[in-house]
Amino acid sequence: MGFTVSSADMEAIALGGAFLGTGGGGDPYIGKLMAQAALDAHGPVTVTDVAEVPDDAVCVPVCMMGAPTVMVEKLPNGEEAAAALTALEAYLGTKVDYLICIEAGGLNSTIPFAVAAATGLPLLNGDGMGRAFPELQMVSFTLHDIKASPMALADDKGNTSILNAISNQWTERLARAQTVEMGGAALVALYPMNGAQAKQGLLRGTLGLIRELGESIAAERQANRHPGDALIRRCGGMQLCTARVVDIERHTTGGFARGRAVLKGLDEDQGRSFTLDFQNEFLCLEDGEGQPMALTPDLICALDADGGLPVTTEKLHYGLGLRLIGLPADPQWRSAGGLDLVGPGYFGYSHAFAPLETLNPTNTNT
Amino acid sequence: MVLRLGIDVGGTNTDAVILRGREVLAGVKSATTEDVMSGISNALEAVLEKAGVAREAIDVTMIGTTHFTNAVVERKGLDQVAAIRLGLPATACLPPMVDWPEDLVEMVGGHRYLLRGGYEFDGREIAALDEDELIRIAGEITEKGIKAAAISSVFSPVNRDMEERARDILQEHCPGLPVVLSCEIGRLGLLERESAAIMNASLLSLSDRTVEAFGRALSEAGLTCPFYVTQNDGTLMAADMVRRFPVLTFASGPTNSMRGAAFLTGVKEAIVIDIGGTTTDVGSLHHGFPRQAATVVDVGGVRTNFRMPDVFSIGLGGGTMITGDADNLQIGPKSVGYRLPQEALVFGGKTLTTTDIAVRAGMAEVGDAAKVAEIDPALVEAAKAQIAEMLEMAVERSRVSPDPIPVIAVGGGSILAPDRIGDLEVLRPENFAVANAVGAAIAQISGEVDRIYALEGTTREECLANAEREASDAAVSAGAKPETLIVIEREDVPLAYLPGNATRIHLKVVGEMGENHA
Repeated sequence: MGFTVSSADMEAIALGGAFLGTGGGGDPYIGKLMAQAALDAHGPVTVTDVAEVPDDAVCVPVCMMGAPTVMVEKLPNGEEAAAALTALEAYLGTKVDYLICIEAGGLNSTIPFAVAAATGLPLLNGDGMGRAFPELQMVSFTLHDIKASPMALADDKGNTSILNAISNQWTERLARAQTVEMGGAALVALYPMNGAQAKQGLLRGTLGLIRELGESIAAERQANRHPGDALIRRCGGMQLCTARVVDIERHTTGGFARGRAVLKGLDEDQGRSFTLDFQNEFLCLEDGEGQPMALTPDLICALDADGGLPVTTEKLHYGLGLRLIGLPADPQWRSAGGLDLVGPGYFGYSHAFAPLETLNPTNTNT
Repeated sequence: MVLRLGIDVGGTNTDAVILRGREVLAGVKSATTEDVMSGISNALEAVLEKAGVAREAIDVTMIGTTHFTNAVVERKGLDQVAAIRLGLPATACLPPMVDWPEDLVEMVGGHRYLLRGGYEFDGREIAALDEDELIRIAGEITEKGIKAAAISSVFSPVNRDMEERARDILQEHCPGLPVVLSCEIGRLGLLERESAAIMNASLLSLSDRTVEAFGRALSEAGLTCPFYVTQNDGTLMAADMVRRFPVLTFASGPTNSMRGAAFLTGVKEAIVIDIGGTTTDVGSLHHGFPRQAATVVDVGGVRTNFRMPDVFSIGLGGGTMITGDADNLQIGPKSVGYRLPQEALVFGGKTLTTTDIAVRAGMAEVGDAAKVAEIDPALVEAAKAQIAEMLEMAVERSRVSPDPIPVIAVGGGSILAPDRIGDLEVLRPENFAVANAVGAAIAQISGEVDRIYALEGTTREECLANAEREASDAAVSAGAKPETLIVIEREDVPLAYLPGNATRIHLKVVGEMGENHA
């Protein structure tokens, strides 16, 4: 079943997107404002269930690529996404029928709504990550041999380019270099696929999910309840810990904001300690003895322990109270191929992946 | 010994204190008046008399005020502003004030201008500054009689040249036009920084009038000393700075009461509870300064990135109403507020308030204790327990370590605080009721740097040292004593995906005010 999204829904979608962003993907605020402006100007967006899409339909994900810190400063012109789509259509020699959200976490959870409103194209209910990840090849589409290129990039000045690469990893490398030249951020259209491929590759229902999660966060906060419990119930997740940041160390290697936060337990976790590793997103949580409690691709979602709002890695600071919630990743990510692409090993962690249900057998799914 | 006069101009009360060195000579509370000036004069005369010092002897005056915050919140006294952004062809999708409440946009005229210009993250120009368009805008400003302009360029925290050039061109064509540059006010984050610049520009004539009124109130009282105004992080601005940057006073109220609490107790690591008539603000002190908020703070419905203390409020104050009986007690959230002196039982009123419980329990001596003698002791115990529990939960939320740091209770309602909150000792300093005026009196001078550095060809340590030097120079030129400078914030955030190991360094130093200013 499809649904429509209007300007009023974007608040919830941005909140839910920030939650599934697992600390990364950038603050969806700018994307929310862009989507609201576009929805106000052009009317609501139709979100379509992928099952209803004809097998030969042309489906294309659109997203922003680059440093989130650049995006909060150099806002888009607004025409970039349409320019990228037009360039890709011209190259493919066909019109696009459906848009896809590539990343249901962070800034890119909201951008496709702006593009869909402006172009009048429907958006598929789903995405390629079910969360946020830092690199372009880290999508379920890669697992289904859908190629990232031809890919179109567009900047604020009107420059566009088309990339053709031999693998999705190469597309990432080449596109990354171009976004830097384009001023650190660009809007891109990539992974052109047909409806049949979309049915295989898409992680389904995630746009409806983030809207629901955002509504739940807002409703719980309204009722003066911490939203953690409701989110755990809805997502079949588990409480990992409630703790305060007592040390934080950041460094840049290989173009990523890597870092580690040391946490001291609060409330029922009083007396325990934890370390939380991140590379743009939260990727690895260990207890005081160095035993893993949650590992990528499972989701480590952070909420402010007091206010209950999602927290990004860049906002982590000494003294901040966090409530960490683990959500099981989509089964596709837990497959051997999925783990090669986004498992702990890819990010340089020594732990072998184990599902968070196995790592924390005593935590109840309440 | 330096004699300092601290004044806090709040929405309800104007408080004043006089300090000799570190000693509080006297503190008074009086009502804030419509014209602000006469309220200050009243408080001033009362505190001078109580302290028994000659007005000529006062060396320096510090004022804390919520006047400008209230102007934005209440949409009063704001000017029309030309909001000029340098950034095209980028940024067009979200024009200035896009996320403001409609009534506030109307108040400032909704004059939005986007033109070519701005920088990339690495300092390249997005486009050359469109000077012809700027000259056309200058004509429109004159024609429409717009009072002030705010100029915001993309990445101006990295390079401010273009904003400065745009200001020079505007002022050449609109002589005397006040122009606010976003780089002078905020950090990275275009919308928030731009909004701050626009709000600031809209407050300029109010700040002119207010600073003038402050000065006149002081000089009419025979005070010839210089005066300063506190900003939201507990540091000082000279009168001329407030005139130019009134937005920097936003949220200085809670900051002053927390800093005052630190001073009155000598404790630098603590949790502060400021119990007023209607609410209790809870925050924590680190190195004697309020801990800053992690999330973006709203002022009058506008998202800002000001440094603000991480304070949250619960509905408990000296005027909070109590209903029900011992077994089924309801405390608040309603309060009799400023009508406490008429409504509370101890003052002959008809409403049972937390203050009545405090008097009945022997925790405070205000009003007529005989009027509450009949209250059921079981009810008193239940209310005390519930108040203690509310405070304990609030304190636990602010607590950053299991270390037993003290809780400092300030504000007129702090008679409600028990002697211990959980396992933490409660300190109730003398002069607790005027802690915010004390906080104003002891405010410090700061210098700050927030910029992206490329680590290529240098080291992180070198960049931090450079940033510290620059911040220190800024503090000293603002009047701080070099030997008292300490770093209170030092944070570097590596920027993902940017080459050359770019990192954003935010560093702030503070120091005592130099003698030449005192």
